[in-house]
Amino acid sequence: MSFNVKDIRKDFPTLAVKIHGQPLVYFDNAATTLKPESVLRALEQYYTTGTSNVHRGVHYLSERATANFEKSRDKVRDFIHAAKSTEIIFTRGTTEGINLVAHGYGRKFLKKGDEILISGMEHHSNIVPWQILCDEVGGNLKVIPLNDDGDIIFEEFEKLLSKKTKFVSIVYISNSLGTINPIKKVIDAAHQFNIPVLIDGAQAISHQKIDVQESGCDFFAFSAHKLFGPTGVGVLYGKAELLNQMNPYQSGGDMISSVTFEKTTYNILPYKFEAGTPNVAGVIALSAALEYIEKVGYDNIVAYEHDLLEYGNKVLSEIPNLRIIGTAREKAAIFSFVLPNIHPHDLGTLVDEDGVAIRTGHHCTQPVMKHFNIPATSRASLAFYNTKEEIDILAKSIIKAMKLFP
Amino acid sequence: MENSRTRELYQQVILDHNKNPRNHGKMKGASHVAEGYNPLCGDHLFIYLKIDKNNVIEDITFENDGCAISTASASMMTSALKGKTLDQSQNLFDQFHRLVLKELNPESEANDLGKLKIFSGIWQFPSRVKCATLCWHAMRGALNKDNSVTSE
Repeated sequence: MSFNVKDIRKDFPTLAVKIHGQPLVYFDNAATTLKPESVLRALEQYYTTGTSNVHRGVHYLSERATANFEKSRDKVRDFIHAAKSTEIIFTRGTTEGINLVAHGYGRKFLKKGDEILISGMEHHSNIVPWQILCDEVGGNLKVIPLNDDGDIIFEEFEKLLSKKTKFVSIVYISNSLGTINPIKKVIDAAHQFNIPVLIDGAQAISHQKIDVQESGCDFFAFSAHKLFGPTGVGVLYGKAELLNQMNPYQSGGDMISSVTFEKTTYNILPYKFEAGTPNVAGVIALSAALEYIEKVGYDNIVAYEHDLLEYGNKVLSEIPNLRIIGTAREKAAIFSFVLPNIHPHDLGTLVDEDGVAIRTGHHCTQPVMKHFNIPATSRASLAFYNTKEEIDILAKSIIKAMKLFP
Repeated sequence: MENSRTRELYQQVILDHNKNPRNHGKMKGASHVAEGYNPLCGDHLFIYLKIDKNNVIEDITFENDGCAISTASASMMTSALKGKTLDQSQNLFDQFHRLVLKELNPESEANDLGKLKIFSGIWQFPSRVKCATLCWHAMRGALNKDNSVTSE
């Protein structure tokens, strides 16, 4: 399919919304993405004419919901190129996926003195679960340092790898810097020591094709809502041999095969990790989001967003004294920046008056802010439905705001 | 700004207090100190007070790292509180709190807010109310010997 951003924008009803009388410029895609009509229709269809629980009833609606739910699992398997559908666990989102691994793998296999490696650009959700785990088992959390561009220092990572290292968890694309990490290299280096690797794919999956088998990662977590799907649903991919060895995370219905008061036998994969009624509508609508992305095509997305990245870099760097935070060699179209006289929160409020939605603050990456010695940044994070004209609107709005804070 | 909403928020008085904050700096020999922190946005400040034996605020200063609204609010709060008794300060705290939540209309209800009335339009920016109130919470925390407060 040829890529026509005008046509694509028609698929996203939120893009037609006016903010304070101005057309919306939605540059907060790293927080959550907008939803195309087809996703909204899938949600509506389930709740209007298809409501039923899954994996339980023998009645028509339940069987249909179950079939659609499991079809969605197959769709995710194909989309990220997993070997088996049983390796696809539906979660509430990336955060829950990471917690599931910290709990199910970490508590079972990590011991006193073991080390877990993360990077200096992790989201809090890929720091705190490992900290809690380390506190519980007496492990140590080690951090791969960053350079001033916001790249990990790979040689330092290699130095940190040792026999003590028992787990590596690293983000693919940084939400606050836009850095694309060399995950294949990270995974290969870790596997030399037989260390399993989790990839936080929350940001990455909306920007580029994911192939979990090609990368060789052991776990890959992402959220539907950052992929043009609904909130409250996500995916954890894990290699079956690891998932099978792990402890269950939450327990209850669906994750068991038999229960007596004396003993419970756990269900097989993936149900072992899916206790309770799942987000049925969300899972089905995720499948619609994946179909939408396939229709647009990752090749088109990558090429178009690269154009936006280059244009944004050019336009923003022409603004006097604007400093872009995060200048990695490999970057997604995420612009974090600071200005000498305007605090990000004031800027966020001022550009909002012009209809521009950006995020301001520490973006749940306080250690990144500390690394660059700043309290907060303003962040414009783009998606394939954004345009160069919108970047111009942002730039104009920033220049206008700067006049207020000379 | 063409828009009246932001023009009201970023009035000249606010911009001036942001650029030239009054009572800014660490105080030696403070009798009361508290730290205020907004974990969501990263705004961070310290309030220092010197209370005399008659329960009057003899001196009050602040140090901060934050947006224009939080800096201007702290600057104007410290200016307003100098020389006030603790009871008057508590009273002003309550009035300011009600003002930013649009519960107090300074035009129709008697009040002691004076210049602080400039914050009366901030309720239109729900995410920014906390910027204006952080210093007040820290001030009250200092007086209550609660050394660390957040505006969450």
